[in-house]
Amino acid sequence: MTAVNANAGVATGAANHPGGAPPPRVSGGLPVLGHLLELRRQPIELLSRAHAECGEVAELRLARLPLVMLYGEEAQEAFFRAPEEQLDQAAAYPFMKPIFGEGVVFDAPPERRKEALRNQSLRDKQMRGHAEVIARETERMVEGMGEEGQIDLLDFFAELTIYTSSACLIGKPFREELTPEFARVYHDLERGTDAIAYVNPHLPIPSFRKRDRARRRLVELVTEIMDARKRSGQAKGDLLDILMRVRHEDGRPRFSADEITGMFISMMFAGHHTTSGTAAWTLIELLWHPEYRASVVKELDELYADGSEVSYHALREIPQLENAIKETLRLHPPLIVLMRKVLYDFHYKGWTLEAGKLVGTSPAVSNRLPECFRDPECFDPGRYAEGREEDRLHPFGWIPFGAGRHRCVGAAFAMIQLKAIFSVLLERFEFDLAQPPATYRNDHSKMVVQLAQPCRVEYRRRPAKARA
Amino acid sequence: MDLDLCQGHGTCAEEAPEVFAVDERESKVTVRVERPPEALCAKVKRAVRFCPTGALSLTED
Repeated sequence: MTAVNANAGVATGAANHPGGAPPPRVSGGLPVLGHLLELRRQPIELLSRAHAECGEVAELRLARLPLVMLYGEEAQEAFFRAPEEQLDQAAAYPFMKPIFGEGVVFDAPPERRKEALRNQSLRDKQMRGHAEVIARETERMVEGMGEEGQIDLLDFFAELTIYTSSACLIGKPFREELTPEFARVYHDLERGTDAIAYVNPHLPIPSFRKRDRARRRLVELVTEIMDARKRSGQAKGDLLDILMRVRHEDGRPRFSADEITGMFISMMFAGHHTTSGTAAWTLIELLWHPEYRASVVKELDELYADGSEVSYHALREIPQLENAIKETLRLHPPLIVLMRKVLYDFHYKGWTLEAGKLVGTSPAVSNRLPECFRDPECFDPGRYAEGREEDRLHPFGWIPFGAGRHRCVGAAFAMIQLKAIFSVLLERFEFDLAQPPATYRNDHSKMVVQLAQPCRVEYRRRPAKARA
Repeated sequence: MDLDLCQGHGTCAEEAPEVFAVDERESKVTVRVERPPEALCAKVKRAVRFCPTGALSLTED
């Protein structure tokens, strides 16, 4: 085999095909657990160190499982362009299975996943309606907030995004049947994503027990909603109605409450902690950078001075705000590592990544590589302005949404959602930090990254004339 | 048109329906007019710009 490809090898200065070198290994790592504990403690430090030590290809170990990290635009492009028959997403995230349940999304074959991509609710045509819903939900959240006070960013945005994502993806009737308890329990589910799942996702540790309790409670809540609907007999016309009506040939319901809950959890999962965290970090970054915040508030004041609707502008360009969101996504990507399982050998330059290994890229590291971004550590929304456009210039370098065929299908929805939320919040309130600036930070102890609490900010309602 | 990247969002078909169409079965976009007339130029440029996955590019000749 090597002989056949000898020419290619000579031409590129590396053996491009079978027989390539194994990836260089990252230092450290414990005998049994490898780098797993370091990944749970200081993931970004570990992932940066891997890049610093080994360059564009670096092998870590999660317990017995080797994880080969790819860094830099070129390697990331190879990762994102690989067909899913070769690099499989589902097998790479064992901590998700107990959350979604059997037979849901990640367990589905590629054809079924393709159907999910076609998810009508994420199509462009639906977006205007979504923007209206999001603006209204944000208004509802702030209704009872009075003139001034404090909010906890994690609690506030996690609850708000439960309402927005359930209303937009499942339907408004279902959203009206939810209580704040749903958001709290959902949060416990997200906290059940300890990387120790790479050893065993069912270890008897507190966060996994809490996760399983939370899932059971969500099934109970959905069962109560379904029972109430059956009793009333009224058609609500949302996705829950449709799923409840699907029958086996013998007339039995096709989906149990458990399965429906699993589908809802999975539909909401990708868009929930991600959007919630990005909203919180956008506000924190704006509070850290008062001059830039002033330019965003001015931009919004001017846009809405004529009394136009949030749903109108959220679908259009709001450059200052959008660039702040993009910059927040670059510096605080909600997913810090994206993984796949290698199903058949993957070759990159002179290296061979053997079948069975995990392969990953890290938005947290690559979004700060100096070859793609000028002053990468600096919050500079101007890098997305016309003339620079560092995100468009480096589509495989700027990867908070991933890239290629697996690029986040909800990216456009997320941007509209964030624009609508901040259109409402910044028009009605002034915000201030309520803690020393450096105390706002992420909790990286779980694979689902969330803000560490406390993460409080002060708010004061703006006088109506300031907005006129 | 980079089919590796297209996810069939249909943004381009909204911006320039004369030039792009969504294949509902394949969840991919098809280009109906390879060389769109000058008059559609602005629309096509918007379609390229707003493509959520950066799958479209425009070459001049």
